[in-house]
Amino acid sequence: MSASTPKAEFIARLRRSLKVSGEDETRKGAVAARLAAHAPNLVPRRAEGDAAHREKLFIEQATAVQTSVDKVKSAADVPAAIADYLRRHNLPQALRHGADPLIKKLPWKKGAPSLEVKEGRADPADEVSVAHGFAGVAETGTLILCSGPDNPTTLNFLPETHIVVLEAGDVVGTYEEVWTRLREKFGEGQMPRTVNMITGPSRTGDIEQTIELGAHGPKRLHVVIVGK
Amino acid sequence: MDTTSPRFPANVREAFSDQQLQRALSKVPHGFIKKRADARDRLPEFDQLRDQARDIKNHTLAHLDLYLEHYVDKVEAAGGRVHFCTSADEARATIIDLCKGLDASTVTKGKTMIGEEIDINEALEAAGITPVETDLGEYIIQLRHERPSHIIAPAVHVNKDQVEADFRRVHSHLPPDRVLEEASSLVNEARQVLREKYLAADVGITGANFLIAETGTSIIVTNEGNGDLTQTLPKAHIVLATIEKLVPTLEDVSTILRVLARSATGQEFSSYTTLSTGPRRSGDPDGPGEYHVVILDNGRSRMLDTPFQHMLRCIRCGACLNHCPVYQAIGGHAYGWVYPGPMGSVLTPSLIGIDKAGHLPNASTFCGRCEEVCPMRIPLPSMMRHWRERQFERHLTPQTVRWGLGVWGFFARRPPLYRLLTGIGARALKTMAGKRGRLNSVPMAGGWTKHRDLPAPAGKTFMAQWKARGR
Repeated sequence: MSASTPKAEFIARLRRSLKVSGEDETRKGAVAARLAAHAPNLVPRRAEGDAAHREKLFIEQATAVQTSVDKVKSAADVPAAIADYLRRHNLPQALRHGADPLIKKLPWKKGAPSLEVKEGRADPADEVSVAHGFAGVAETGTLILCSGPDNPTTLNFLPETHIVVLEAGDVVGTYEEVWTRLREKFGEGQMPRTVNMITGPSRTGDIEQTIELGAHGPKRLHVVIVGK
Repeated sequence: MDTTSPRFPANVREAFSDQQLQRALSKVPHGFIKKRADARDRLPEFDQLRDQARDIKNHTLAHLDLYLEHYVDKVEAAGGRVHFCTSADEARATIIDLCKGLDASTVTKGKTMIGEEIDINEALEAAGITPVETDLGEYIIQLRHERPSHIIAPAVHVNKDQVEADFRRVHSHLPPDRVLEEASSLVNEARQVLREKYLAADVGITGANFLIAETGTSIIVTNEGNGDLTQTLPKAHIVLATIEKLVPTLEDVSTILRVLARSATGQEFSSYTTLSTGPRRSGDPDGPGEYHVVILDNGRSRMLDTPFQHMLRCIRCGACLNHCPVYQAIGGHAYGWVYPGPMGSVLTPSLIGIDKAGHLPNASTFCGRCEEVCPMRIPLPSMMRHWRERQFERHLTPQTVRWGLGVWGFFARRPPLYRLLTGIGARALKTMAGKRGRLNSVPMAGGWTKHRDLPAPAGKTFMAQWKARGR
C-alpha cells in the first residue's frame, strides 16, 4: 500500500464505497481498453455525406446561431473580404491576429491597404480579432480554436468582433473527427492548453429569458471560409 | 451552506404570497420546455444518445477510482496540480491557501454550484479577498445578496425592473439619468462593469461540467464567455469539481455534450464549450500561469453502490426543474439548500441528511415528467420513494401520516374488508356529490377541499366494475 497521502486516502474511500480493489485485473483492463480505443459512441447521422453537404450544414447551423459566414475562393481574397465586412458593419479598419502562418502570410497590404494589422495576444482596447480555425464542425456549426502563440485565446474573447478564417478542407462532420485530428497533431492523450468550441457569439438569457447577444465575449462572430 | 429545508412548508407559503416571484415564475415553463422539445425533435438519435450517456456514466462510476487516478496523472503531466478535499471545510481552506499564496485581492468566478455548496464566497470575504461573480445571473444575485434559485438560470426569480433598480443602486459611479429599461442596456452595463473586474482579478475560479480522464482536461460550458475570461486572464485558474464529473474519453464526453445543451436551454450546442488542460505553456502569450483542480467528495462517495448512485449521473442541465409542476409553483429558494427541483429533492437528503431535508422528497406529485426529460435517465420519482421509505423506517414521518398509513395498511392486508369499506365510501361520496358530481367539502379532508373540489367517485369501485365485466 502507498503511504497515506490525501490522494491515497481519497481513492481508498472510493474503493471502500464501491467494494472493489484497485488491483482487480478485469477492472484495470476495462479502463485501459476504453482509454486506448477512442471508440466513438452513437454519432448522429445529420453530418454524413460529402464535403459539399458538410459545408452546407455547417453554414446552416452556424447562421442559425447568429454566426455570419462569407466564402472566398482563395487565401489571397481574405483581407479584402475582411475589410469589406468591417465596412459593412461600420467597424474600425483595425485588427489583431496571432503568429499563425496562414494568417500572417495573407496579402494584407495588397488586399486591404487601409487595414491596420497588429500581431499578438488581444489587448483590451482591440475591437476586432482574426484567428485561424483548427476546424469547423458541421453538426452544430461549431468552430474549434486551439490556444498557443499562433492563435492566442484572448483573441477569441476580448474583442467585440471575432473573425475566424476557416479552410474549406477543415470543415468536418462531427466532434469525433476533431478529436482524431487533435490526436494526429498533438499526440495520443495530449491536448493543447485550451480548445475552444465556439458556436455563435456570446449570449445570455439571464434577464427574463430574453436572449441578448454580447454578454461578455464577442458581440459578432464572423467566419470566412477559404476554398473552392 | 446553511439550510432552510426543515422549514419547507413555511418557505412554500412565503413563495405563494411573493408577487414578484410568482410574476417571474410565470415565464419559466414556456421558453425552456418548448425549446427543449424542439431541439429533441431536430435530432432523431436523441433518445438513443440518452441511453448511451446513462451507460457511460454508469461505467465511469463503477470504475471511478481508476479513472480518477488516470485523470490525476494526466493533469500533473500537463503541469497542473490536483488537491483532494473530503469536505467543504477542506475545500474552502485549500482555495483560501492557494489565493493567499498568490497574494490575491480579487477573485473572479465563473458559475459553480459546488462553490455554493461550500460557501466559497463567504470564505473568501472572511479572508479579505473580494469574490466577483461574472455570470450575469450570478452577478445579479450577488448584488442582491441572494442565492441561485435555478441551477442554470440563477436569477430566474428576478424581474427586469428589479435588476434595473439593483444596477442603479450598486453602479452609483454611472450617470443617474442613463436609460436602463431594455434588457440589452442592462446586459451592456454589466459587460462594461465586469470587464474591469476581469482585467484586475488575480485568480479565476470556475466549476467544471466534465473532467476527462484520457487527457486530464476540465470542461466548462457557458453561453456568455464569462467563464473563459475568468480562467484566461488572471495569474491562476482554480477548477472546483466533484468526483462525479469524470468521464473516460473525448468520445464519451461528446455523447453527453450532445444531450446537455439540448436538455438545458434547447440549444444545439452552447456558445462556448471550453477544454482546459494545464497552465500556460512555454511560448503561450496568454493563459493562466497556474492551473489547480480542487476535487471534492463532500458526501458523494457514500452514494456509490447504493440506490442513490443514479443521482451521480446528473449533469446539472436543469430540465427536471423546468418541467416540474412543484418547482414552477414555488421556485428554487423554497427548497432551502443549493439544489432545487426534483434533482435537489433527491440529492439534498444525501448530502445534508434526510432528517433535515425530509420534506423535499415529499414535495412531488409523482407526475414523472422529471424522469421523462432527464438526459441521463435518472429515476428521480423512484428515488424520492426510496427516501420516503427511509424516512418511515427512521420514524421521521409525522405521527398523523404514520397513523394514517397504519390504518390503510391494516385494511389493505384484509382485501374483503378493504373492498367492503371502499365500496361503501364510493357510494357515500357519490350520493353526497349529487348531480354536480363534485364535492366542495369532505370530512377529514378539509385541507384538500379548501383549494379545489373533489371529483366524486363513479359509485362503484374499480374492483367491482372489473368483476361486473367478467374480466
